[in-house]
Amino acid sequence: MTGTVAVIDYGMGNLHSVASALEHVGADDVIVTHDAELLRSADRVVFPGVGAIRDCMAEIRRLHCDELLTTALVEQHKPVLAICVGMQALMTRSQENGGVDCLDILDGEVRFFGKGLHEQSGERLKVPHMGWNRVSQTRTHPLWQGIEDGSRFYFVHSYHVVAQDRELVAGSAHYGVEVDAALARDNLFAVQFHPEKSDTAGLQLLRNFLHWNGQC
Amino acid sequence: MGLAKRIIPCLDVENGRVVKGVNFVEIRDAGDPVEIARRYNEQGADEITFLDITASHEGRDTTVHTVEKIAEQVFIPLTVGGGIREVSDIRTMLNAGADKVSINTAAIHNPDLVRDAADRFGSQCIVVAIDAKRVEDVDGRPRWEIFTHGGRKPTGIDAVAWASKMAEFGAGEILLTSMDRDGTKNGFELGVTRAITDAVDIPVIASGGVGTLDHLVDGIVLGGADAVLAASIFHFGEFTVPQAKAYMAQRGIEVRL
Repeated sequence: MTGTVAVIDYGMGNLHSVASALEHVGADDVIVTHDAELLRSADRVVFPGVGAIRDCMAEIRRLHCDELLTTALVEQHKPVLAICVGMQALMTRSQENGGVDCLDILDGEVRFFGKGLHEQSGERLKVPHMGWNRVSQTRTHPLWQGIEDGSRFYFVHSYHVVAQDRELVAGSAHYGVEVDAALARDNLFAVQFHPEKSDTAGLQLLRNFLHWNGQC
Repeated sequence: MGLAKRIIPCLDVENGRVVKGVNFVEIRDAGDPVEIARRYNEQGADEITFLDITASHEGRDTTVHTVEKIAEQVFIPLTVGGGIREVSDIRTMLNAGADKVSINTAAIHNPDLVRDAADRFGSQCIVVAIDAKRVEDVDGRPRWEIFTHGGRKPTGIDAVAWASKMAEFGAGEILLTSMDRDGTKNGFELGVTRAITDAVDIPVIASGGVGTLDHLVDGIVLGGADAVLAASIFHFGEFTVPQAKAYMAQRGIEVRL
């Protein structure tokens, strides 16, 4: 029994991919919503996001999704999976759009990759960081179960998370700089990549999420 | 160890059916884009590009439905191009399940469309497609110009300058097709590929002319492309995606195996 998975909808971008991937890996019931009651009764919550952070934060606050997320996370201790801009929104602050205050659920900053990004070898790197990169599992976690360490996941982002507390880092990627690819704290798991677009490795992560009890 | 170079099969779709035919051995319906997309996903394609060549307005609804069907079953990124004219077209395709939308002619008529779309939906989902053709300057030096209408209509716009402008306007990626090479199987036009990959900071997909696996390697090694797109070499079963990846890996290119 996976229970009901609520995908928080704050109107930014297409959430059907996340919902259909969850259904594909066996979710009993997936709802895409920002309704307080539906979220309160859901068994687990996905907090996705695409687009620019300023608009995302504005919609998150306007629709009270910040409060809904806090309720699920802190009061109800439900398993929560944040994806891409959803992960970035959890941090203290983002450099995007001239600097935007985020939810400050996790300590840390979201930084621009920068112009003229290079690998140590001298290879020039394009921004956005777009495509399949390896994720090193920097600690064990139930959501990594059945996924080989170093598996590739699909990334597409121009800003990357730098967590203050390095103990939270559960997965790391390299693209000119170290990229915090996954953060974990208690019943929260946050990923910069798109598990719903990451083929078998991504689907396995979503499957793990559906069976996760929120402990790590 | 880092980001893999991507291999992207491209489907040309008209009224919900794949045209130019696909010739997989074990396929039931060679015209069904959903089945073909799923097959490429299974083969390990890194993304799929779906180019809609439907002319009629009614046909567009079929396209949306097809995109929905693919997105329900294929869990790798999907780009949809062809017939994108306004912000509402982009929204429709993204809502149907496309991860990226490719804008071609409409960007030429209205460059601000790219800016508006990137503002609204984020650069990560806006691909600008450029159809370039080699022309000669008065002094005989080669340069590349953008052509529309399947390569018949010159625009006078320099392809390299245009790519830079589109990156500045917020495009997240460039899909570059050489109109001189498209369908020839003679390999990518490496001159323009290199000129554009050097000129922009965003990823570039090379397209047009792939006939051998060496062409894919050349696009990345010599052209500097971040991804390579091909249609016929995969459709007609000449090569599978795993064969292409194994060959590229052998040549020292990082790929997702």
